[in-house]
Order: sequence, then C-alpha cells, then structure tokens
Amino acid sequence: MIWTTTLQLAVRALWRNKVRALLTALGVIIGVASVITMLAVGAGAQERIARQLENLGSNNLTLRSGTVTRGGVRTGAGSNTALTAADAAAIGGLPGVVAVSPTVRTGVQARYRGSNWGTIIEGVTPDYLQVRNWTLEAGAFFTARQVGAAVDICVLGHTVERELFGLVDPVGEIIVLKGLACRVVGVLAEKGASNWGNDQDDVILAPLTTVQRKFMGITHVDRIEVQAEDKTAAATAYKEIQRLLRQRHRLVEGQGNDFRIYNRAELASSAEESASVFAWLLGSIASVSLLVGGIGIMNIMLVSVTERTREIGIRMALGARRRDILWQFLLEALVLSGIGGLVGVVLGVAAALTLGHVSEFEIRIAPWSVVLAFSFAAVIGIFFGLHPARKASDLQPIEALRYE
Amino acid sequence: MNAVPAVIRLSGVHKTYAQDGVNVHALRGIDLDIGAGEFVAIMGASGSGKSTLMHILGCLDAPERGDYWLNGTAVTRLDGDALAAIRNREIGFVFQSFNLLARTTALDNVEMPLVYAGIDKQERRARARAELERMGLGERLLHHPSQLSGGQQQRVALARALVTRPALLLADEPTGNLDSATSGEILQLLKTLNQRGLTVVLITHEQDIAAHAGRRLRMSDGRLEA
Repeated sequence: MIWTTTLQLAVRALWRNKVRALLTALGVIIGVASVITMLAVGAGAQERIARQLENLGSNNLTLRSGTVTRGGVRTGAGSNTALTAADAAAIGGLPGVVAVSPTVRTGVQARYRGSNWGTIIEGVTPDYLQVRNWTLEAGAFFTARQVGAAVDICVLGHTVERELFGLVDPVGEIIVLKGLACRVVGVLAEKGASNWGNDQDDVILAPLTTVQRKFMGITHVDRIEVQAEDKTAAATAYKEIQRLLRQRHRLVEGQGNDFRIYNRAELASSAEESASVFAWLLGSIASVSLLVGGIGIMNIMLVSVTERTREIGIRMALGARRRDILWQFLLEALVLSGIGGLVGVVLGVAAALTLGHVSEFEIRIAPWSVVLAFSFAAVIGIFFGLHPARKASDLQPIEALRYE
Repeated sequence: MNAVPAVIRLSGVHKTYAQDGVNVHALRGIDLDIGAGEFVAIMGASGSGKSTLMHILGCLDAPERGDYWLNGTAVTRLDGDALAAIRNREIGFVFQSFNLLARTTALDNVEMPLVYAGIDKQERRARARAELERMGLGERLLHHPSQLSGGQQQRVALARALVTRPALLLADEPTGNLDSATSGEILQLLKTLNQRGLTVVLITHEQDIAAHAGRRLRMSDGRLEA
C-alpha cells in the first residue's frame, strides 16, 4: 500500500470524528506544552542559581575563628582570636590561591555635615574586591601600602552614599566615623541584597589596620576569605590551609582546630545539583501528563478498532494485508500524537514566554527540551498506538466481517 | 476434468469450527470443480454449510483438511499475505449486506481494492470511475452509501468486486436485502457479466434466484448433493 494513501486514510478517519480526535490530541498537547514549560522554568532556575553562585564567588573558601571553651562553656564560632592578618598572608603563598582577604567588622555611626547613618564598617585589604567579585563605581580602592600605614580613608557602599550624601559627589569629602575623620576615596558599585536578604551595599570599607587599631583595638581578624583558581584548587587549598594553620597555631595531634573553614565550592555544587534535581522533577511531573495523554490515545484507538471491526473485515476481504491494517491504525495514532506534539510545542513555548513575562520566574527554553518533548510525544504515539493496531491487524477476516 | 480449465477445484475439504463451545462440522468432504465461465448457484438451508464453503472459496478461511486450487494455485499452502493478494486480484466479493464503507463516496469505495493492489492514484480514479459508469452509476460517484438505494449500493459493491478484473465473482445472497424488481436487475447484471466470460458463484437459499444459474448445486449437512 502506498504511504501517502495510508496517511490520507488516517487523516480522513480522524477528520470523521473531529471532536473526538481533538479531545484525544488535547491530552498530548497539554502534556507536551507542560513538559516544555516546566523544563523552561527548571532551566531558568538553574541559570539563576548559577549566576547567584558566581556572584557569591563559587571558588571561595571562608575561614572563621573557632570556638573557645571557658569553664566548660563553648562559645560560638568566631569567638576566639586565633586568626590573624599574618595567617592570611601565609595562605596567600599556597599554590592555587588567587586572592586572600582578611576582614574585621563592627558597627559604626557615620556623620557627614547634617546627616548621620548607622552602618557597618569593614576592615579589608586590596584583594577584597576580587574575592567578593565587586567593582568600584567611582574613585579608587586602598593600596597595600595604605593598609600597612593604617591611613584614615574609606570607600562607601551604595546605600551609605545615598543616605549620607544624596546628590553630592562623596569622593574627596571627609566623613566622621566614631570621632575619626576619614576621607572618602571611592564608592562601590551597587550589589543589591544578599541571598539572605541583607543589604550588601549598607557598608563602609576601610583599611584592615585602621579598623583593627582605631575602631576595635584588636590585632586578630574575624574572617579570611580565600579565592582559589577553580573548584579543584579550592578542594586542595581546603586541605592545605588546615595543615598550614595547624602548624602556624602550633596545634598538636589530638587538639581540635581553633578555626573553622567552609568550602563554598562544595556549597555551590550542591546548590547546582539541587537545582538540576528540581528541573528534572518538574520535567518528570510534566511528562506524567504526557503519559496520560498517551493512554488517552490508546483508549480512543481501541474504541476505534472495535467500532471499525467490520470495516477491517471488508478491507481484508478486498485484499488488505495484516501490515496494511496495522499501519492504517498505527499511523492514525501517530498523526494524533504528532499533531498534538506540534500544537503542544507552540503552546508550550507561548506559555513559557508568557510565564516569563508575568511572573518572577526566570524562563529559559532550551532547543533540546522542545525536541525532547516532541519526540517523547511521537514515541508515545507509537507505543500506545501499537497495541490497538496489533489488535486490528490480528483480526480474522471472517470474524471481522461477521461482526455486528 | 473438463475441457475448460478449472477455476475452482476442491477435493476432500473438511471444516470444523467451534461455536459456543460446540464443535460444528460444517463441511464434511467437499469435492467440487468449477470451470472458467460457469455460472454456478450453491443452494441450501441455513446451517447447511454453504456460508462456510463460500468463506473457503473466497480464501477468507482455510480448510482443515483437503485441498483447494484456485486458477491452478494450491491456495491451502499460502500464507496470510499471499491469500490477501489472491483475494485482491483473483476474487470479487458481493455480500448480502453490501458491505460498503459508510461515509465514504462510491468512488472511494470502488478504489479501495486498487489501493491494496498498489496502483497509483490517477489510474485508480480512472478505473473506479469507468467501472461505476458501466454499472450505470456515473451520476452517483460522490454519493455516500446512505444516499443510495439498495440496488444502487449493490451495484457499487459489484463495481468494487470487478474493478480488479478478477476471474471469479463470489456472490453471497446478493439479492437478500433487495426487493424483487431490484433483485431481477442485479441478477440480470450477473448474467450479463457471466456471458462476457466471468465465472460466477452464487450462494442463495432461494430456488427462483438459483434458477438463473447455469448449474445448480444443493448443500445439506455439510455435503454437496449430487
């Protein structure tokens, strides 16, 4: 039998039951559309997380001072004074380490002429910008020399600049911090809220030594941020830093670390992993609806075979071979799922784009997801069409002819 | 054997089928020769086995025992696809209930066997149209069966049976659903076709219908009476 004729036959048979065909195809349409939309939402979320991690500095390690036990009471992490700027310098010499930034922070009231603003002052070193993946909007950052000399200068976060200066250009101006006059040398670019909802721009940066000596009267640091070349280097540095610091702090075997070390790369990969699990979860929930659509096809094809038993008998009497009958019904199922798939692709892409417009969801339609959803629909057509088609072609000519 | 080559030769054909769990011995040893160009009527009451015989002659069913040659081909040894090809090319069927495809035009109905013969669209159209015109249905090409009278429907069925130019026409109670005037027309048509050389086997339970045939055979209890 000629292919185009079989196809025509299938289309004509479907056309005869337009509403039924449409409703059956609807199952596939909804299935394909939801697979595409859900995969787009999943991929969008993955991309968003990847970007946030990059923002966070995904190859970073964070060191904090450890706990102290005083009279049996263990205080929280960061409560001892073990970490120093010298530790940070030593870590900077390790292989695979790109940048090291020791920091201290404390609360401060800032005044400029008539206005004042309560904020955080953070003591940092020149590597800070690189480690935090941050840039300057105006002015310049501190040099290593300025840090060494504990110069009274500062760089303002965006929020602080807005609160204190309004429209005035702050670079070169003097602000007063806890009675200390500081010259503003730069302004940070706006970074927005952190993942935890803190305003990251509500900060004043000053040289580490300045804050340590003139604001806090300490010599240790709160935390050391280490940036490694890549994720592998971060994993190696994680071990190396522990070894180095235990040696520097003269910790003996059996004695616990007096610092805490966190690997953000690990955090990053677990976040990425959970994002992709999320994406696949959405996709597989959607594909369940596609599966249900396929069952709908099988159901209606079985009905159709029963209804047309006599037709099958007539066709067989007039010379149709088993495979002619098989293809006639299989092609009908394929046309249903194929058309359903095509319409579903169009609707799915449209739905994803609309969702991206009206909601907070980030949407990314990957071409492979469209191909995947469509081929899934076609495979479902074959899979669920095969059983009814077999049933039709296995009929005995006389049985089919006698069927009332 | 006759001087004319046999279109049909049955020898020792038996058939049993199960109906409601009871084995019915429908054919009990049929020997039959039908020569080319014959008009044979097979008569018998219902349950005599004439329908089973017709199914076997039409290659719709296979005999349990015995042999069947159609135009010299040993049909009993053929597989399903080959039987389908035989039904398609060698045999034309006409049924009591017409068995036209509903909601399908007369033209498409007649074209159908040509589709399975693998003939291209243009030739199919032309041959189906010519065959319908010969049956006097040139004005009814695009009508659906429900828009045609019983006699017209049976003529569409005849056109469909003849469009592949078979050597044998099997007609199973072709006038059973028709009034007497229309029955006469259809029988006259069969006679004319037979005179042009077509071998016709007519199955009926009516004496006066069988009277039109050149040779009459009577079946009872699964056997052909002499």
